Amino acid sequence: MADLLLAYQSLFAFVGINGLLALSVYTTLSCGQLSLANAGFMAIGAYTSALITLRASGVPFIAALAASALLPAIVAVPLGLPVLRLRGVFLAIATVGFGEVVRLFFVNWDYTNGAMGLVAIPQRTQLWTIALALALALFILGRLRGSRAGYALEAIREDETAARTMGIYTTGHKLAMLALGAALAGLAGGLEAHFTFMVAPGGYAFGRVVEMLVQAVVGGTAAFYGPVVGAAFLTLLPEILREAGARLGLAPGPFRLLLNGLILLAVILYLPNGLVSLPSRLRRRSRGVA
Amino acid sequence: MGQQVLNGIFLGSIYALFAVGYTLVFGVLDILNLAHQAVFMLAAFIALALVADAHLSLWVALPAAVLAGGAIGIVLERVAFRPLRGRADSNISGLISSLAMATVFEAIALQIFGPDISRFPPGTFPDRVVRIGAATASLLQLCIVGISVVLMAVLTLLLARSRLGRQIRAVAESPRAARILGIDVDRAIAMAFFLSSALGGAAGVLFGLAFNSISPDVGRGVELKGLAVIILGGMGSVPGAVIAGFALGLIEVFTVAHLGSSFRDAVSFAVLFFVLIARPRGLFGRAAAREA
Amino acid sequence: MSLLLGGVSRAFGGVRAVDDASFSVADGEVHGLIGPNGAGKTTLLNLVSGLLRPTGGKIELDGRRIDGLPPNRVAALGVARTYQNIRLFGGLSAADNVVVGQHLRRNAPVWRRLLLLPSARNEERAAREAAEAGLARVGMRERALTRAFNLSYGEQRRVEIARALAAQPRLVLLDEPTAGMNPNEAAAVARLVREVANEGRAVLLIEHNVRLVMELCDRVTVLNFGKVIARGTPVEIGKDPAVIAAYLGESQ
Repeated sequence: MADLLLAYQSLFAFVGINGLLALSVYTTLSCGQLSLANAGFMAIGAYTSALITLRASGVPFIAALAASALLPAIVAVPLGLPVLRLRGVFLAIATVGFGEVVRLFFVNWDYTNGAMGLVAIPQRTQLWTIALALALALFILGRLRGSRAGYALEAIREDETAARTMGIYTTGHKLAMLALGAALAGLAGGLEAHFTFMVAPGGYAFGRVVEMLVQAVVGGTAAFYGPVVGAAFLTLLPEILREAGARLGLAPGPFRLLLNGLILLAVILYLPNGLVSLPSRLRRRSRGVA
Repeated sequence: MGQQVLNGIFLGSIYALFAVGYTLVFGVLDILNLAHQAVFMLAAFIALALVADAHLSLWVALPAAVLAGGAIGIVLERVAFRPLRGRADSNISGLISSLAMATVFEAIALQIFGPDISRFPPGTFPDRVVRIGAATASLLQLCIVGISVVLMAVLTLLLARSRLGRQIRAVAESPRAARILGIDVDRAIAMAFFLSSALGGAAGVLFGLAFNSISPDVGRGVELKGLAVIILGGMGSVPGAVIAGFALGLIEVFTVAHLGSSFRDAVSFAVLFFVLIARPRGLFGRAAAREA
Repeated sequence: MSLLLGGVSRAFGGVRAVDDASFSVADGEVHGLIGPNGAGKTTLLNLVSGLLRPTGGKIELDGRRIDGLPPNRVAALGVARTYQNIRLFGGLSAADNVVVGQHLRRNAPVWRRLLLLPSARNEERAAREAAEAGLARVGMRERALTRAFNLSYGEQRRVEIARALAAQPRLVLLDEPTAGMNPNEAAAVARLVREVANEGRAVLLIEHNVRLVMELCDRVTVLNFGKVIARGTPVEIGKDPAVIAAYLGESQ
């Protein structure tokens, strides 16, 4: 077991980081809001913690990580107040715009070496750091379900207007979830920066948030742990099937993309509640036959 | 100044051509088709393959690639959109299924053409410079503007005058009412996808010619510009997309000239962001229920 | 005096959906709101519950202006409602719908749950038990765990009433609560409405079933083309020539 962990350390690290990122998209989806600002929040978190580590020596890693979660959450509030009035696709587009503005800000900021980004960040992130962060995120989201706020979030997802006439302050709840998602994305950014030694704006482009969304949807957004299942599945599967792809004559890059695309398509068409709904679905089917 | 206006119109014509198809599908289905950029990219590669590998003239390759784009659009509609119709969350699930198709298309292009930049062979288009007043433009640039304008005019006429156009507009207004009127809604939607993707494909070929660089991710940058255009023009409004496309082209060129090239992309996203907050329906959009 | 409308108007474009409407609903009163289709009844409920802002006039609850307040604030002041076209949370069970209805009544900050305090667990159990009791009151206890969209139309209406009552409101707005119900079900709802009023709550009720209105309501307000054309007891309303003319106009 220990050998296995060591051999595949970076793979498991990315399962955890991607899991956090998929959860960050799920937090807003859980109240029916598709926000795609999370690559931007991730960038803010990554740069914040990297700058603290590089330019303010002596600050403990835990403080840098806390800052990487806190700053994006703070930024989420002035962003959320105007954009959360938008619905559906319009919220998605506005937040894509925000994400790109953040990326371009870092491209143009000389202090962080523009498009080159920051390099030689000391490796502080351990596998257990990531596991702990993921466990914490899952704990918070899991405890939220079934609480008064959790019921309110489900009500908002189902019917925002009806929720408001029930006395639910929808703006506050949506804003809180946007900020929580921003904190998770920022934390993942901080963890990744101290694992891969570098941050650069190119890593936080539109494609990155698309990846988070895909993993969340494939895993399933009806259950709080679904996004983590999706992230693990989509991170591990291409590695497991690498041989098969090569035998088909596909290069690793296209193979990975093709697999992602086909799995996503299959899930959205045939399994709208994601992979985590597969067991209950199979059970129901076998019962239906019997 | 004149030169900048000319460059802006040239860039804007491609944005506009890309965006009219994008906005057409949104107008009909209320769904953002995130695979539009992948059709744009595939059509550019198809034209490239026809010119470089099959040694066809550009004037054969261009219409062939445009038709191929339209055909891909029909496949897209069948696979990624039709099965979701009637589902409660179809505008978000449609966004995701189109994303899946975009990923598949990109994987195909990556496998066949590789990740590097591909170029049209030299001499694909005569290299000639034309003087207009104090400004200069290449013949290619003028042709691109010309082709874009003609295609957009054809689309506008088609939507306004033809039977198919009326059917598409009826479906955009209300699919249920259209069905009661005896319109074959599925067919009208499929045709809207054909038109949209054909125009997106045309934009891809012209973009590939204009910048002479095509890669599997070439559509991604244009996709976000296209979003800015259709938001500025008003989602679902074809004339809005045309005007906003040219406007964005001009804004970008003047931004580069006066603020520097690093601000070029930032401007379009800032436009997108602030239009959504200040006037979500854009310049020409219908006052639909897109706000709380 | 619980609810007071003073010259309330609401225009959409040039159309005055509600035009200078004035009436009041007292605590413990069942007040019927009737009128032909398109008379502005639902618009009026939307104005009271804060979903729409009036373009003129004022709405007071216990002497406090509530027009212009957002719906969640209006709800917090003690107003709950149901909808003509039923707006249950379809993916949630009947019981969960009623638990959401208790939102304003629950004292359950999230941190207690995060710290795994037993008080959080007890509070939740109490909420679930209260929800079951609320469902029992509308005869829906057996269906507590069924998802709302799998319930029949009449069952959904009853769950929606239970959800509204879960907030223990001062004023209940019911938009055609018996639509689509058979006479037995409708009679049960009527009994429940009377019971709710007897608890001291004000009830404002839109209803098309004239017999039910006559039997159940203490007072009735009649709207036509957005205007109040009559006010009074059911007996007075039944003799009012303007009301008869309005209804005859509709049936022609």
